Amino acid sequence: MATLVPLAQAVAELVRDGDVVALEGFTHLIPFAAGHEIIRQRRQELTLVRMTPDVIYDQLIGAGCARRLVFSWGGNPGVGSLHRFRDAVQHSWPRPLELEEHSHAGMANRYVAGASGLPFAVLRGYTGTDLPRHTANVSSVDCPFTGETLTAVAALRPDVTVVHAQRADRAGNVQLWGITGVQKEAVLAAHRSLVTVEEVVPELTPVPGQVVLPGWAVTAVAEVPGGAHPSYAQGYSVRDNDFYRAWDAVSRDRDTFRAWLDRHVHRAGAAA
Amino acid sequence: MSGPPPPAGWTADEMMTVAAARQLRDGVACFVGIGLPSTAANLARATHAPDLVLVYESGCLGAKPDRLPLSIGDGVLADTADAVVSVPEVFNYWLQPGRIDVGFLGAAQLDRYGNLNTTVVGDDYAAPAVRLPGAGGAPEIAASCREVVVIVRQNPRTFTSRVDFVTSVGYGTGPGDRERLGLRGGGPRLVITDLGVLEPDPVSCELTLTRLHPGVTREQARAATGWELAVAEPLTTNDPPTAHELAVLRALQATAEGSRP
Repeated sequence: MATLVPLAQAVAELVRDGDVVALEGFTHLIPFAAGHEIIRQRRQELTLVRMTPDVIYDQLIGAGCARRLVFSWGGNPGVGSLHRFRDAVQHSWPRPLELEEHSHAGMANRYVAGASGLPFAVLRGYTGTDLPRHTANVSSVDCPFTGETLTAVAALRPDVTVVHAQRADRAGNVQLWGITGVQKEAVLAAHRSLVTVEEVVPELTPVPGQVVLPGWAVTAVAEVPGGAHPSYAQGYSVRDNDFYRAWDAVSRDRDTFRAWLDRHVHRAGAAA
Repeated sequence: MSGPPPPAGWTADEMMTVAAARQLRDGVACFVGIGLPSTAANLARATHAPDLVLVYESGCLGAKPDRLPLSIGDGVLADTADAVVSVPEVFNYWLQPGRIDVGFLGAAQLDRYGNLNTTVVGDDYAAPAVRLPGAGGAPEIAASCREVVVIVRQNPRTFTSRVDFVTSVGYGTGPGDRERLGLRGGGPRLVITDLGVLEPDPVSCELTLTRLHPGVTREQARAATGWELAVAEPLTTNDPPTAHELAVLRALQATAEGSRP
């Protein structure tokens, strides 16, 4: 059964230097507060996994937490480039960043394989592109029934997956709704999992389109109201699009970024 | 061709968006990326194609936003969708089997066969001149949609004789390549730019300039292309945006959530 713990304690216990860490949330429900706690605790040498490394991974990369990034689309949605990500790839600042990149379909299926306890997943994808030339985790497999050659992608098994959700109960059962992305698969694919939630409630009332993660499938739950900001939690907050636009200028310059990080992450307490 | 001077009152980007919107037939299912594709698709839905089905990779099927979203996962998309499904589902159950009619894509580089690059600029993948966002949903959209429409501004940097990285396959190296690769969708049917429209030659698959926007010359289009651009005869000219199209487009853009003056 999931334990209810403060965020700082959850990160201290579950996220270790050198881990393969997935923070998921497809535009919606991005676990920003947990990402900031990882930065505050100065985790290093992480392999960061995420389909859409957007502003939260720009911050983790710029803070020097990452050695490697496994992803399918790295940008600031609707705004433009991720400047810390680009600076790391193009100029090795603050340290070199190894890349392993995929398509969305490939990454989603890699999580499905991990969640299913299978070594790989099958899809029609990547064919004719230059992507497979740069990773050993994309290959091909012949269908035993039709003989057709299909694409195989290796399972993703993060050491720890971190997601944000709307609610949990005291037994650690987690409920999320709206755009639920790949969070269920990412949690079930991981060895350990941490879910931050807007609130802990006595009882989970059903909501249309909900995903429920039973408490016995989750390692820890931390109550962090607003923990997805500047992303959002449907029913609790709206996406702070002005923050995403403002991030472009903040992240463009190394010193401005460092000042922002110092003020809004390092000097802010846990759950800030 | 020395056409008339550009009619006052609309921009090249507005013409591009209107030209793209006109290509979407009512009732088709359209896989929409953020930015120009989303703007064009929503313009179509607000004008001639009220039953256009917008599919966003965040899992929103049949989204009916009343304002332009900034991201593919804004709340207004989930709130107005017929169904919100997981990301594995949108790719595996909806895109992969060929249920989506039109895929709308952009690109940082495009070659004469409509192959697209959104990954890196430069010869060395490990040390790129410019690191771009990467593939996202594009490789499988380009492979599996019944047809693909590309929206991209035309200049020699973007329209290049060879893309530095094939992120999404158009017609590969020419006729027969899509079939050899086993790609089930039809490939790029149209490339809509700020200068005009390109379509693949039915025999050679090479992108050919078939239409110009009003006020644009074929010399301008050639100068904005990094290869010897084929030009169709006769070369026609698109109708300019109507007052209605422009009014709806501008009203939509004014609704962009969190938009500032």
